[in-house]
Amino acid sequence: MTQPLVAIEGLSAISTRDGGAPVLRDVSLTLEKGEVRGLVGESGAGKSTIAKALLGILPSTVKVTGGFIRFEGRDLLTMPRRELSDIMGRDITLIPQDPQTALNPARRIEAQLTDGLRLKLGMSKKDAHQRALQLLDEVQIRNPDRVLAAYPHELSGGMRQRILIASAFALNPKLVVADEPTTALDVTVQKEILRLIRRMQEAHGTAVIFVTHDLGVVAKICDRVTLLYAGKVIEHGATVDMLTAPRHVYTRALIAAGPRYDRPNAGLEPVPEAVFRQLRAEVGLAERGI
Amino acid sequence: MTASDLLNRLFMAVLTLAGVAVIVFCLLRIVPGDPIAMMISPSATPADIAALRAHYGLDLGLPQQFGIWFTDVLKGNFGTSISQRRDVMELIGERLPATLELAFAALVFGVLAGGVIATLGTLARRTALDPALDFINGLFLAVPDFVWALALVLLLGVFWPVFPLSGRIDPTLSTYFHTDFYLIESLVTFKFSAFGDLIAHMVMPMLALGLPLAAIVVRTLKEALAEAMVQDYVLLARLKGMSPLRLVLQEALRNAVGPTLTLTGVQFTFMIGGTVIVERIFSYPGLGNMAIDAVINRDLPLIQGIVLTFGAIFILVNILVDLIAAWLNPRNAHG
Repeated sequence: MTQPLVAIEGLSAISTRDGGAPVLRDVSLTLEKGEVRGLVGESGAGKSTIAKALLGILPSTVKVTGGFIRFEGRDLLTMPRRELSDIMGRDITLIPQDPQTALNPARRIEAQLTDGLRLKLGMSKKDAHQRALQLLDEVQIRNPDRVLAAYPHELSGGMRQRILIASAFALNPKLVVADEPTTALDVTVQKEILRLIRRMQEAHGTAVIFVTHDLGVVAKICDRVTLLYAGKVIEHGATVDMLTAPRHVYTRALIAAGPRYDRPNAGLEPVPEAVFRQLRAEVGLAERGI
Repeated sequence: MTASDLLNRLFMAVLTLAGVAVIVFCLLRIVPGDPIAMMISPSATPADIAALRAHYGLDLGLPQQFGIWFTDVLKGNFGTSISQRRDVMELIGERLPATLELAFAALVFGVLAGGVIATLGTLARRTALDPALDFINGLFLAVPDFVWALALVLLLGVFWPVFPLSGRIDPTLSTYFHTDFYLIESLVTFKFSAFGDLIAHMVMPMLALGLPLAAIVVRTLKEALAEAMVQDYVLLARLKGMSPLRLVLQEALRNAVGPTLTLTGVQFTFMIGGTVIVERIFSYPGLGNMAIDAVINRDLPLIQGIVLTFGAIFILVNILVDLIAAWLNPRNAHG
């Protein structure tokens, strides 16, 4: 088998602010080229920490205590700054969570969409403009000329997220980290955006790490899923297997806790306390929890 | 800001100035001190005094006095200075340019110095320089303009006399000017020796007025920049390989500058007030210096004229600040 695109091996990290509390516990996962991987868990599960580590933007309050993040065989954690910043924004890019705050309100869309093309590829203004028009066409934005000249506040949330997606795929990256990219959108727009990410990902042959807390979203877009709890991997697997035949009791409980399209009227079951007790024991947390 | 907004503001400005006129007029009649007493010789008889009073209209009732003065003001006539026996508008016209040049220089210095230091501080986030900068800036914030003026006189005028201690220009050079905007005129007519001399005279009062402004700009701008620097769009730009300096100047600054701009407008009006004492300390022949003389001489028409002029400057500056803020924020421009 060929080398995986990303191989996270035994990654552990602590929060220096929280008295050294672990935020990641011996996390290992591999990501193949062109694969869409869901990182699922409740808040504090460590999914965002993994995403940030992949982008080299861990906050100063998080300290890695062990493990590697190999990207095409090279460890991102020990890579010299220069090489890291070469990779970031070109081979690894980000679709951020909130399109409201991810576009600079004071700059026109064209400037923001072409930043990467100009800074990373050294494109001329004219070439970058042409490429920007292509990209907007790819993400199905009509009258691209008007949009390029607009300021972010003149566009809808869904439109802005399309632009951020275009921007993330602009340099044909190998990995896109999507940090809950649909959470801030309303449900009808959510579906379109998920479909768009999937289509862009297939067209560009890009692998996607999809951070979410929503198993419904996972079912729509992810090939494989990694479920986390309190910084520990609970279950890995192909999305279909995991959603139809979950092995872990927590996975089963989470599925039961979410709405189902095939049974819209069935009641939602909160995750039973017993499941959390078992999880805490497995993870090694004190009885009173996090 | 739309055109009707602007008209509205200008209308409000006129109303405000009228209010200022009423207040100044009343205040000056309440405070003790008689302009006539300052003018007469000790040998004057009560009849002389009464005649003089009648001459200046001071024997009339207050509402009547105000009516006469205010109608004249509306016609653009601010009256005649009692102490200098000259037209008030003319006197103000001679002195205002000196004050405007000084205040504007202090404004430019304060904003530039403050902006540069705030940018450096933002670049030095999470280093030892950052808290050190905050500490020093805290000290600067605590020192008012007139203390700076006195400290500068001692430091750069007496112990290490690099700058002239008083005046606006070497007296032998001042006769060549056609306007009262010496600094601008010397620059556009290429009189560089005069320009240099004007700058040398201006450095100390400019620092005294500009340093407190710089300190306030540093604090407000640095805070706003810190807030902007953690926004997602800055993170995305950083991932795209934007340099730290460009991140601050291109991504963060324009979104962070709003509060600083508003505060600078307010501070600038305080600074105009500060020119009164600072001009006095450096014997700088500006409007503020003249204001003190006018108060000492109980020169009512002149004081009224100067206060109205200051009031007009305050209001114009505030309108200007709002216009700049609207221009900087694309939301306002389109909304």
